Amino acid sequence: MSSQTQTSDTLMLPPGPVPTAPVPFAPELALGLLRDMLRIRRLEEKCAELYGAGQIRGFLHLYIGEEAVAAGAMRALSTDDTVVATYREHGQALLRGVSMRAIIAEMFGKQEGCSRGRGGSMHLFDAQSRFFGGNAIVGGGLPLSVGLALADRMQGIRRVTACFFGDGAVAEGAFHESMNLAALWQLPVLFCCENNLYAMGTALPRSESQTDLCLKAASYRIASRAVDGMDVVATHQAALEAVDAVRSTQQPFFLEFQTYRFRAHSMFDPDLYRDKAEIEHWKEHGPIHTYTARLKAQGLLAEEQFLALDVEVGREVDDAIAYAEAGHWEPVADLLRDVHTPAGGSSS
Amino acid sequence: MSRISYREALREALQEAMQRDPRVFLMGEDVGRYGGTYAVSKGLLAEFGPERIRDTPLSELAFVGAGIGAALGGLRPIVEVMTVNFSLLALDQIVNTAATLRHMSGGQCSVPLVIRMTTGAGRQLAAQHSHSLEGWYAHIPGIRVLAPATLEDARGMLWPALEDPDPVILFEHGQLYNVEGELAEGVTVDIRSAKVRRAGRDLTLIAYGGLLGKALEAAEQLAREGIDVEVIDLRVLRPLDDATLLASLAKTHRLVVVDEGWKSGSLAAEVVARLTEQAFYELDAPPVRVCSAEVPIPYAKHLEEAALPQVAVIVAAAHGVCGT
Ligand SMILES: Cc1ncc(C[n+]2csc(CCOP(=O)(O)OP(=O)(O)O)c2C)c(N)n1
Ligand SMILES: [Mg+2]
Repeated sequence: MSSQTQTSDTLMLPPGPVPTAPVPFAPELALGLLRDMLRIRRLEEKCAELYGAGQIRGFLHLYIGEEAVAAGAMRALSTDDTVVATYREHGQALLRGVSMRAIIAEMFGKQEGCSRGRGGSMHLFDAQSRFFGGNAIVGGGLPLSVGLALADRMQGIRRVTACFFGDGAVAEGAFHESMNLAALWQLPVLFCCENNLYAMGTALPRSESQTDLCLKAASYRIASRAVDGMDVVATHQAALEAVDAVRSTQQPFFLEFQTYRFRAHSMFDPDLYRDKAEIEHWKEHGPIHTYTARLKAQGLLAEEQFLALDVEVGREVDDAIAYAEAGHWEPVADLLRDVHTPAGGSSS
Repeated sequence: MSRISYREALREALQEAMQRDPRVFLMGEDVGRYGGTYAVSKGLLAEFGPERIRDTPLSELAFVGAGIGAALGGLRPIVEVMTVNFSLLALDQIVNTAATLRHMSGGQCSVPLVIRMTTGAGRQLAAQHSHSLEGWYAHIPGIRVLAPATLEDARGMLWPALEDPDPVILFEHGQLYNVEGELAEGVTVDIRSAKVRRAGRDLTLIAYGGLLGKALEAAEQLAREGIDVEVIDLRVLRPLDDATLLASLAKTHRLVVVDEGWKSGSLAAEVVARLTEQAFYELDAPPVRVCSAEVPIPYAKHLEEAALPQVAVIVAAAHGVCGT
């Protein structure tokens, strides 16, 4: 399984070689995955700029480098499935169907945001697409996903609940309690561990006595698999199989995506705890350029096509920023709304 | 009218809720096969089965969080946390998730969850099993906090709590389970208001939960000593029903607040502060709080008694405020 068991002072390198094999997907899916990753990337690059310009504030955690995880996983889910994510969730929210407009407006704190500006970058929500956040407590989403799956089970609804969390969350009691409950009660939860090897500045071997995370799943008798999280072909295939397993067996599954973030933990992080050479190694495995090269090599993508796609995505980002800028600050008179559900108001 | 205990009243409420609404289920440690730590859910497993009377492992954080998720998923979970002491292991899910989800999501995700837990001291259970942390929970916007002190409330509060689209915490004082009395059929109560449990003219005595009984006892004694006490049961610890309290104060002009929590930062402090802010000129004497001594609750009986608000102390406080 994992080969990421080096000690903390040696470089932690990608698990395998840069993938070069032909992409085994039909053109629509193959190009769709590229588009998904590019949308996340371009959105977030702009977010970093907007943060620098002071238009986005608070904590901002970028997913840059990890796009193959969200792209591969989200496309494996159906629209009726449920998603629970972390504060590093822009990618999942976007691919779940939350518009770029609503995401940037949220980061601007505008009432047109997907959480009316009450949540910000870390708390993107979309109840309609069953995207239940946006949780900024490490491990906080795990119990929630167990409960959502329990509700489905008790109501006879066959649905998969995908719960995303980082390698850092594995050290929390919430992870262990939730894995145990999901296995004990046989709930259809897909545990998606985004192992980017760091929890802020703490490298995995500095926080886990057992760095092979799949073994933890095994101890709860949960089926598991580790996959190259930099290769969108691998992430998508693994996610398809895992979702299928969860859906057909109605049992939990633990999927470890071995990935890496190229940027600092958040905009406040000076990134002093890891070797630049390590980052460079992982960048060679960058999910977008390696995938683009494969598509080109097999004639599924021409350079002009890529550029056109990039322009289109760029326009979407620009449009979203303009939308967010034109958005409105919620009147302060409304400060106390949504603490409680108004009488006759909606409840899930 | 029939004779019933507080425990039985709670059980009837659970049973009725489960019968009325198939979305309702109970989960918690030992609620099923064991019959409930305080025997509240005894017999319910046989009636409703293990899916709806769901035993959980010792995982307070995860099963409270799962309750939140199940509420989001369309059910109406009742989560029993054995006691308030152990709810500290679930505090994260209660405070960071249940109380915030609706707001953080811009109004998209309400959490119709009910959490029940036993609270309070008085049974020589020592420092780790005797907390009264209702005031802590009452600090948090986004949750409603209830303290049924009477048979009527034990029987009646659960259903409106389940109808509330937002999280509700019900605190059951451990000393009350065996209290018995007469209860009418078909009681309905609200979960908004404080209630005058004994009308009086000379002094407003505010209490809740396990101390309501002692407040009423003190009032009886004070009546014999010539002081006519109005006893108010807070019932709803968040949001507080200021209007009922203010109306009483406007009549009596004197105030004593009783609270099993520690005095510093207590719910009693909040009540006194509110009434002082809003009705300072109604007061004929400085208000007084009777709270637990600022010490972890001791095991030894005489020390535990000394640490907790007792009838004699309430009576003395009342005399002090009345200058008698
Ligand atoms: C319970 C809790 N403890 C600490 C933090 C502060 N914190 C925020 S992110 C983070 C690291 C989490 O790492 P990981 O789970 O690997 O996710 P990643 O950021 O790498 O995606 C920490 C310690 C927190 N938000 N919640
Ligand atoms: Mg990490």
